[in-house]
Amino acid sequence: MDADATPLLAVRDLTIALPVGGRMVNIIDSVSFTLGAREILGIVGESGSGKSMTALALMGLIDAPGARITGSARFKGRELVGLPQRAFRTLRGREIAMIFQDPMTAFTPVYTVGWQIDEQIRAHGRVTRKDARARTIRLLGDMGVPDPARVADRYPHQLSGGLRQRAMIAMALSCNPSLLIADEPTTALDVTVQAQILDLLRRLRREYGSSVLLITHDMGVVAETCDRTMVLYSGTIAERGPTGAVFARPGHPYTAALLDSIPPLHGARPARLPSIPGSPPAPADRPAGCPFTPRCAYAHDACAVRPPLLPRGVQDIACVLPAEGRDLPARCVTV
Amino acid sequence: MAMAILRRLGQTLFVLFGISVLVFLVFFATPGADPTARIAGRNASPQTIARVRVEYGFDRPLPVQYVRMMEKLFVTRDLTSYVNRGEKVVPEVFQAAPVTVSLVTGAAAIWVLAAVAMGTLAAALRGTWVDRGLMMLGLVGISIPVFWLGQVANLLTQSRYHDSWLFSWVPGLGYVPFTQDPLGWFRALVIPWITLAVLFVGIYSRVLRADLVAVRGEDFMRTARAKGLSPARVLLFHGLRTSMITFVSLFGLDFAQLVGGGALLTEVVFGLQGVGRLTYQALGNLDLPLIMATVMYSAVFVVIANAVVDMLYLLLDPRVRDGRA
Ligand SMILES: Nc1ncnc2c1ncn2[C@@H]1O[C@H](COP(=O)(O)OP(=O)(O)O)[C@@H](O)[C@H]1O
Ligand code: SF4
Ligand SMILES: [Mg+2]
Repeated sequence: MDADATPLLAVRDLTIALPVGGRMVNIIDSVSFTLGAREILGIVGESGSGKSMTALALMGLIDAPGARITGSARFKGRELVGLPQRAFRTLRGREIAMIFQDPMTAFTPVYTVGWQIDEQIRAHGRVTRKDARARTIRLLGDMGVPDPARVADRYPHQLSGGLRQRAMIAMALSCNPSLLIADEPTTALDVTVQAQILDLLRRLRREYGSSVLLITHDMGVVAETCDRTMVLYSGTIAERGPTGAVFARPGHPYTAALLDSIPPLHGARPARLPSIPGSPPAPADRPAGCPFTPRCAYAHDACAVRPPLLPRGVQDIACVLPAEGRDLPARCVTV
Repeated sequence: MAMAILRRLGQTLFVLFGISVLVFLVFFATPGADPTARIAGRNASPQTIARVRVEYGFDRPLPVQYVRMMEKLFVTRDLTSYVNRGEKVVPEVFQAAPVTVSLVTGAAAIWVLAAVAMGTLAAALRGTWVDRGLMMLGLVGISIPVFWLGQVANLLTQSRYHDSWLFSWVPGLGYVPFTQDPLGWFRALVIPWITLAVLFVGIYSRVLRADLVAVRGEDFMRTARAKGLSPARVLLFHGLRTSMITFVSLFGLDFAQLVGGGALLTEVVFGLQGVGRLTYQALGNLDLPLIMATVMYSAVFVVIANAVVDMLYLLLDPRVRDGRA
């Protein structure tokens, strides 16, 4: 992507602290990344690594009591950290839109999906009911919804998961946002529908010019969709870089372990995937050194000091191995 | 649709039958309830007692007596009281019903409006002193006995300050029919309405607030906020609208039991000759015809109210409409 121009979104040292058991704990610890225009950035990591928190912070939707957000997140040059709710409201839905994991519970059950899309359109501009509905139907059609006029008059529970997620994406795109945050948009869907939705997300940048922040725990989804990848582990960046490079030469043992557990996107799934033994530490129990130490096959003395995120070729890696000249083996990739 | 109505009608008849049999049997199984002696009067001669027994059909088998009573109640509508001889009970109930319906409907309007306003405001300002104040107020409302509240209201408006400008408009205790004098009806009932509503304002506002706070954590509320809607719109159109589903089911139960006679205390304090009071008198006198008439009225009303709530449900929740929830 165009590296010289100011990026659409520049996040620097974003830190989110919440009170846990009487003290402040960094749920997200100094996360930095940029997102260019029309770029798709994947944020991957196991459940609990802080992906949703990062997204909600960018939307100004963290309202846990006592939450403290520091660092900087510049969107089109405008600082989001510390932005008052009133100002956020004009951004949300219009400039930055978000779609969520479970399309069943993400729509209000008592209104038709068309009504809910109309509502967003009318919240951000003087649009008549009729014009809003016309736009809603066009959007639904664009998202590959068959018979969009009829679907608009249906209630969420009357639609299949795939249709609901398409309607969700239509709603998110209804005001032409520059940034779309998709938090596990395909996790609740079956494999075929998942592939269709990912296809749709890839088309968005062409047809709507949107950048996408795609959050997932599934490396397979990243491989299919994202230009660049950021691997989060326990609220910290493990590795980031162009997707092709990260998949070909993972520099962080955690990335390598995630790559080993990719289910095939097409075809039969194996009965059991190799998974990483153990689970990520809770933010409050994160070890002082590299947070991956307890589960890392390469852990050694040097890992007791938190390794900084250092460039290695086109990637940035938070692990002591590259500096020690012990790169992980390259992989044959089929991306 | 027609099928559903027929089914409900069938259920209603079945319920009415069951309740009436139960009331009937319990009455005749109650020691000392023998109506013959009461009708014949104290120290009646054996001949009088025998005559009454035949006249009222108490010598017949119970099933026959039951059928006769139901016939008099529902078909000829000339069932008479055992206590006030010759007094027909059906017109008595039909006279009392409008009083109770007026009382309860007015109170319901007040309590729904006040509870929605209080509950929503408290949820919107959660954690502030407004929230705490309103919820304390609700708790006070719940803990005040309605009888005491009514007495105090009477004391203030009927005697102590009745001659001051504040309460001189309050008429004496009793009911004024709406058809006769709408303004008088309103004046006579406004204080009973408020008195009856206080308890329910307390309960409903607290329930609604808790519901609204719980619904805040739902995914769809997050979506609504992510759409860039104003906090008021998120709360009212998405939160409150969804919470209304539970609210209505609670309301249906309370409304039905009050109209069915549950507003007894309020009726007594304010001298309103309503159904609650009538039932109470009937029970006190062990007056089976009147008991039967009031119980049947209550049952019919509860069934109707349930039907109305179910219809509201259909209106409020599309998932119920499709029979999926
Ligand atoms: N309100 C909260 N208070 C304390 N910890 C929280 C709260 N919300 C989330 N967390 C913690 O933050 C971490 C990140 O959560 P999340 O962003 O949802 O992860 P992900 O989306 O990657 O699965 C988790 O460890 C979770 O336990
Ligand atoms: S720093 Fe050490 S523990 Fe952490 S990933 Fe690298 S080798 Fe493993
Ligand atoms: Mg998540």
